[in-house]
Amino acid sequence: MAKIAGSIMTSHVPAIGGAIAKQLQEDPYWKPFFDGFPPIRNWLAKVKPDVAVIVYNDHGLNFFLDKQPTFAIGAAPEYRNSDEGWGIPVVPSFAGDPDLSWHLINSLIADEFDMVTCQEMSVDHAFTVPMALLWPDQKWPVRTVPVCVNTVQFPLPTAKRCYMLGQSIGRAIESFDRDSRVLIIGTGGLSHQLEGKRAGFINKHFDLQFMDSLVTNPTWATQFSDLDLVEHAGTQGVELLNWLVARACLTGRVTLKHSNFHIPISNTAAATILLENQ
Amino acid sequence: MNSPKPKRQIPGTTVFDGDVARKGYALNKMCYSFNERANREEFLRDEDAYCAKFGLNEQQRAAIAHRNVLELLEAGGNAYFLAKFGGIFGLDMQDIGAQQTGVTKDEFKAKLVAAGRN
Repeated sequence: MAKIAGSIMTSHVPAIGGAIAKQLQEDPYWKPFFDGFPPIRNWLAKVKPDVAVIVYNDHGLNFFLDKQPTFAIGAAPEYRNSDEGWGIPVVPSFAGDPDLSWHLINSLIADEFDMVTCQEMSVDHAFTVPMALLWPDQKWPVRTVPVCVNTVQFPLPTAKRCYMLGQSIGRAIESFDRDSRVLIIGTGGLSHQLEGKRAGFINKHFDLQFMDSLVTNPTWATQFSDLDLVEHAGTQGVELLNWLVARACLTGRVTLKHSNFHIPISNTAAATILLENQ
Repeated sequence: MNSPKPKRQIPGTTVFDGDVARKGYALNKMCYSFNERANREEFLRDEDAYCAKFGLNEQQRAAIAHRNVLELLEAGGNAYFLAKFGGIFGLDMQDIGAQQTGVTKDEFKAKLVAAGRN
């Protein structure tokens, strides 16, 4: 049977992809963020997951506003990255895992989560940057299943609903009849706001509370509405919903293995956390 | 627009909800097209024709001409799609943040650094 090894959550700022392409990992501006990853890579080398379920939000590469699903899931044999408008080099394509994708689709829809299913899907920086942070050689050792949450167009799915989706994904994975070590990745956040006169808004106190809650009180963030989250974490800080889905997938005993928090990367409070699931 | 009750206001913030998504559709659709290099080049070759092709209204056209992010937001632009427009001119998020908050890029960056010390 499949087993969830743990969850890694991290920010996915496009500029990180640019820094990777320019090899700025040791640059003083970037180092405090990149230094959060070696302990996580050591853990990955030990645990050796063979599949990653990646919970992220698309920013207008695969989905335009003509069709904006609240929750979507990939069921493709392969996922490709492409130019998002900035000309950053694209990363190698990712192998899918259609068997697990369809198991998740069947389980989630039976569990009343009416996912949009995608047999073709491009993946943007929110998917590729975390993968490149975890596996810098970009020879991806895992098959992948993308789970895409709308954090672009309001109303967003509620934090509570996101949590419940994560629980449902967790149960579905653990009922998958194939020996597999599954890693959950949640991407985005933490607090930041790109637009308006409040651009540059960061809320360190809220971010640290949220990170702590993932270990001590994982439903803490479910008290907030989408607009509460905008107020506390900024218009793009709402991406923490992806973290919440990823956290809720962990059905066992959860231990904090590593975390890192650094302000700023680009306009963002950049955070990384590794939770082990036993 | 027939929202039944007054919307919650968050200072300095436009929430990209249904009303804004309707208003900004043409503008965002044009910005979405900038994912492709050929489209970015076509825009640069003939900006007027490119905007006309996507049916931008006058407010949107003026905001594009002014390269003004606050005006683009007012015209219904979404931050993620506007970022693709900014990309044509090599603008990063600190350039865009500085423009919107009326400070220099260095001042904007200093503000971000200060947020880490609070």
